[in-house]
Amino acid sequence: MPVYSEKVMDHFMNPRNVGEIENPDGVGEVGNPVCGDMMTFYIKVDDNHLSDVKFQTFGCGAAIAVSSIVSEMAKGKTLEEARKITPALVADELQGLPKNKYHCSNLGAQALNKAIDDYLKKQGKEVKGKRRKRDEQE
Amino acid sequence: MKKAYMDNAATTPLLPQVLEAMLPYLKDAYGNPQSLHQWGDEAREAMEEARGQVAALIGAQPEEITFTASGSEANNFAIKGLAQAQQSKGKHIVISAIEHFSVLHSAKTLGKLGFEVTEVPVDKSGLVEPGEVAKSIREDTILVSIMHANSEVGTIEPIAEIAEVVKKTGALFHTDAVATAGTIPIDVAKLGVDALSLAANQFYGPKGAGALWLKKGTRIIPFLDGGVQEGGRRAGTENVPAIVGMGKAAELAQREMPSRTAHLCRLRDRLIQGITSKIDHSILTGHPTQRLPGHASFCIQFIEGEAMLMLLSSKGVAASSGSACTSRALKASHVLTAMGIPPEVAQGSLLFTLGLSNSEEDVDYVLEVLPPIVDRLRQMSPLYAKFIKQQRGGR
Repeated sequence: MPVYSEKVMDHFMNPRNVGEIENPDGVGEVGNPVCGDMMTFYIKVDDNHLSDVKFQTFGCGAAIAVSSIVSEMAKGKTLEEARKITPALVADELQGLPKNKYHCSNLGAQALNKAIDDYLKKQGKEVKGKRRKRDEQE
Repeated sequence: MKKAYMDNAATTPLLPQVLEAMLPYLKDAYGNPQSLHQWGDEAREAMEEARGQVAALIGAQPEEITFTASGSEANNFAIKGLAQAQQSKGKHIVISAIEHFSVLHSAKTLGKLGFEVTEVPVDKSGLVEPGEVAKSIREDTILVSIMHANSEVGTIEPIAEIAEVVKKTGALFHTDAVATAGTIPIDVAKLGVDALSLAANQFYGPKGAGALWLKKGTRIIPFLDGGVQEGGRRAGTENVPAIVGMGKAAELAQREMPSRTAHLCRLRDRLIQGITSKIDHSILTGHPTQRLPGHASFCIQFIEGEAMLMLLSSKGVAASSGSACTSRALKASHVLTAMGIPPEVAQGSLLFTLGLSNSEEDVDYVLEVLPPIVDRLRQMSPLYAKFIKQQRGGR
């Protein structure tokens, strides 16, 4: 078993914000079961703020801990602030991740961003070009 | 907290009698077996006694045993040493798709040295069909290596039947018996092989001790060049305490095998029955009957193995998994893949390998703590949520 930090263990053992939001304002799904991890983020947006964030994750301890911390970091933030949650910040917040688990932190940030994109799209708002392209390349 | 160690395929614990047998050779009896004085004599005699004990475990002659530092080393020695000694006759090797990495990667290395390797497929229970081996053998095939049992799915291979096929061709036949030696009866003559690998830490002996049995008269290229140790095939001062421990462990394994097997099969069957009946969408991997005594391996659908291991560990239970996330390389197990198990199902690999220290109470404890762990992870799983929705939609 990889050596995980206390923070990773805490978020794995007691994950925050697990589940599905009924009638979410945005949904973001990344990864696929074939490659190992799969994350789905659900968001509720009030007045440009993430009033609720929930997730479902199929994956290892790191994937679950990443989802949990991303949900916690994002909750209450404005959409612009939430966009600034990078994989590096997620890994830092978790007191580090083993090297071969670093890709899990990418998935967490990606899933949240996709949920925000989904919300904006539903609102008929333009999704910023650069981000859109990156997501399409996945 | 209750503790249950069910990862005996990784390593078994050292039996107290084995430790006792080893201790003198870590203390006053420190001589080098090659030395010509009483210290050397003492160490050499102990080592030769161990050689006899290991040979007796598999129905072999003591002089046919070469001690190594591990099962992996024995496999490296066999594959590389036998192939290179035979290369004037041909350069083709046949192995199965589910071999241990020490065989797979040795063959891969030989591939870089101009040998050709054919991997024989397995069926969905992990069995190697003797007919498939026959199909893979060519005129220039010099070596066939098929494991006696697979430690990830517990399937025991029909080695004697495969040997019949190999014998007709003139190729040498090696079997990796690391998972079976000391666990199920082995008679090298009845198996019909030319070489066989074993490891002490799979039958309650120490780590750092393995052996390669080589049928008398079989040519092999030395593994470590140097002095005269192990007939010049494996140089380096012998690890006397570990070798003595391996000998003692072999003696005990041989004597206690029937009672150990009865105990392990009873626990195994209880665990398999319990898990497959208590947990929906759990699949037994490997062969239902042709399997190792203490071996219970599963795929638990919709969740991932490492997460299960961490939660089991928090309950004091040690198990293992072949999921991609538990491997350093983040690749799904080659064994489960070769058996045709889809990658998302292989992600839920969970493996309990029972040992002498386990009791019925331990099995019942696992049956008590595992279902809530599975539930908890499934409640988090988008795959499970999708599956449930599909089921509801289908009604």
